[in-house]
Amino acid sequence: MTYLGMPPPVRGTGHLRGRQPFPVAARRALADAQLRHNLGNATQTIRAKRARVVAELPDWEALRDAGQAIKAEAIAHLDSYLEQLETNVTLRGGTVHWARDAGEACQIVTGLVSATGASEVVKVKSLVTDEIALNEALAAARITAVETDLAELIVQLGHDWPSHILVPAIHRNRAEIREIFLREMDGVDPGLTDEPAALAEAARLYLRRRFLSARVGISGANFAIAETGTLCVVESEGNGRMCLTLPQTLITVMGIEKVLPTWQDLEVFLQLLPRSATGERMNPYTSMWTGVTPGDGPQEFHLVLLDNGRTTALADPVGRQALHCIRCSACLNVCPVYERTGGHAYGSVYPGPIGAVLSPQLTGIEANASLPYASSLCGACFEVCPVKIDIPSILVHLRGQHVEAARERRRPPSPEAITMAAASWAMSRPDRFAAAQRASGLGRVLGRGGRVRRLPPPLAAWTRARDAPAPPERTFRQWWRDEHGDPP
Amino acid sequence: MSAREEILARIRAARAGETPAGDGARGGRPLSGDDPWARERGYRTAGEVHGPALLDLLAERLADYRAVVRRAEPADLGAEICAALRRRGARRIAVPPGLELPALPDGVEPVAADGLAPAALDALDGVVTGAAVAIAETGTIVLDGSPGQGSRGVTLVPDYHLCIVRAEQVVHLVPEAVARLAGRGTRPLTWISGPSATSDIELNRVEGVHGPRTLEVVIVSGGGH
Ligand code: SF4
Repeated sequence: MTYLGMPPPVRGTGHLRGRQPFPVAARRALADAQLRHNLGNATQTIRAKRARVVAELPDWEALRDAGQAIKAEAIAHLDSYLEQLETNVTLRGGTVHWARDAGEACQIVTGLVSATGASEVVKVKSLVTDEIALNEALAAARITAVETDLAELIVQLGHDWPSHILVPAIHRNRAEIREIFLREMDGVDPGLTDEPAALAEAARLYLRRRFLSARVGISGANFAIAETGTLCVVESEGNGRMCLTLPQTLITVMGIEKVLPTWQDLEVFLQLLPRSATGERMNPYTSMWTGVTPGDGPQEFHLVLLDNGRTTALADPVGRQALHCIRCSACLNVCPVYERTGGHAYGSVYPGPIGAVLSPQLTGIEANASLPYASSLCGACFEVCPVKIDIPSILVHLRGQHVEAARERRRPPSPEAITMAAASWAMSRPDRFAAAQRASGLGRVLGRGGRVRRLPPPLAAWTRARDAPAPPERTFRQWWRDEHGDPP
Repeated sequence: MSAREEILARIRAARAGETPAGDGARGGRPLSGDDPWARERGYRTAGEVHGPALLDLLAERLADYRAVVRRAEPADLGAEICAALRRRGARRIAVPPGLELPALPDGVEPVAADGLAPAALDALDGVVTGAAVAIAETGTIVLDGSPGQGSRGVTLVPDYHLCIVRAEQVVHLVPEAVARLAGRGTRPLTWISGPSATSDIELNRVEGVHGPRTLEVVIVSGGGH
């Protein structure tokens, strides 16, 4: 729906698409036995922890219903809640900025940091600042961004990419981390062992003086309360508290979909998020602040509200549910495709099932055409999602859109989409997949969900996707051989 | 068009022609029986555990997340605090304005810490505070910066945090705590569940990263009130 004078839809920019389509990147990941082993271990451990703490609550399903309803309300009246948020943050001494896309957000933040004269900023782990490629923009302005979350620090010092929303260094084992620290950390004890406690202590010492002298902190936000103007960050290590408390200036970047209507809504999300994310009853630290508090914490506070394709996703009645996501990562940990390929293959800061529906919507389907196929539609993601996002239905819907877009251009769907259809076929059955990969320990989820889920709505899109005009078989096999060397 | 106007216009255009439920004015509206949101609150909002059992649950859940837990009768609180500081070997301890403390043991110096720079806080051996609310089910204490609780930096930089929780501050459930904090929402809040921790290295939990590496909680019984 457009009206006169409306600019074309915003396409999300920044780190939302990979250099290679999913099937090519996934193939490399699948060949990496160490990565698969680390991922398998990690996802299995988190799954078990989550299941245990979720089972403790007799009212878990009611909390999920409430979470879904609150998010739906927030998204249904997003304009009104954002205006309320802006008013209340401003009333309490904060400044609100609006950014259409990644470039504009980076420009705002870089300008704010430059105005303080600081040449170094401390950062709390934040997906949205990864999304907009803020560190690169700061570096271009000669500002050093120090990642302070242990895993992000490992990723940053390893000149690497995060591979999981919550445990970004899940692909690294302790020996690799020790090597990275010895190589990259100035002043590190050369006798450093690979004990996790010793590695954590090394990071603590390395970061401490940076925290104590930092002048500018940069964060994301888990929630923002329209009614009060309160921002909320959930974390474990205390690096968040350091960044949110000690610097004189705090800059928070947040996607517009993070706003919640009322203070009371926190009673739902502070139960859903920690249990779904790290499998804890409560995460060690949650910080909440409202504007500026004299004598306590930063005396200058800026909130940057980011669109970057979110309003485009909002216009899609099926796809907009993806904006309900609270980034708990539970769907990654149960996904049989993610468990084998890891996060890098998705090419976006948002990996796994949620990434497969969010990234193509933010960038436009044509820029991320293979992602909606990066799933076997087993439905495990929907079952664990704390806000009940029906990811399989959105995937099917996006596949339909992709086929439709291709049809309009009178072209068959992209080769990677067809490949992914074949790959998800292979991944959806343990025997087929094992034959191809001889991977161990797979199929726990598939054992239950290997079936293709009920035909999700809208059926029309599903039908279109199934009726996709496939290229002649020989051409496809030929294409596969050229790309992959052996027949499917 | 400014970015603000453009984003708001896009949001409105994205939903043009739909009549979504609700009115976008949920904020500030009290929950009532005919409120559509009341229907969604099918989860527990009233505590189900009370009295000594509630304090036991809090103690168990705090310990489960590696906090050191002590129990005290009101009359013994002073002795318990002195014993904790002696065990810790603390010399200079931050004491926020408004916290009534008994005489500290010989050799322990209370420091009025609000307003100190981070480096000065770093030179302290620990901090003693009260709390605003504690949640038994999750083993969480909440500080809201009111008298006796200090500013956020004071409970963050020193490596040892001794927190006094009184029986009347303890609730069973998260929604009860959120309700108690409702009027105080614009103060900076810190929710603490155990000492800082990381599981970033092969998912091994390591306690104590940047926040205080030791969290000690003294739970004070109601004393028959
Ligand atoms: S889609 Fe649901 S399960 Fe996945 S990260 Fe978002 S909230 Fe969590």
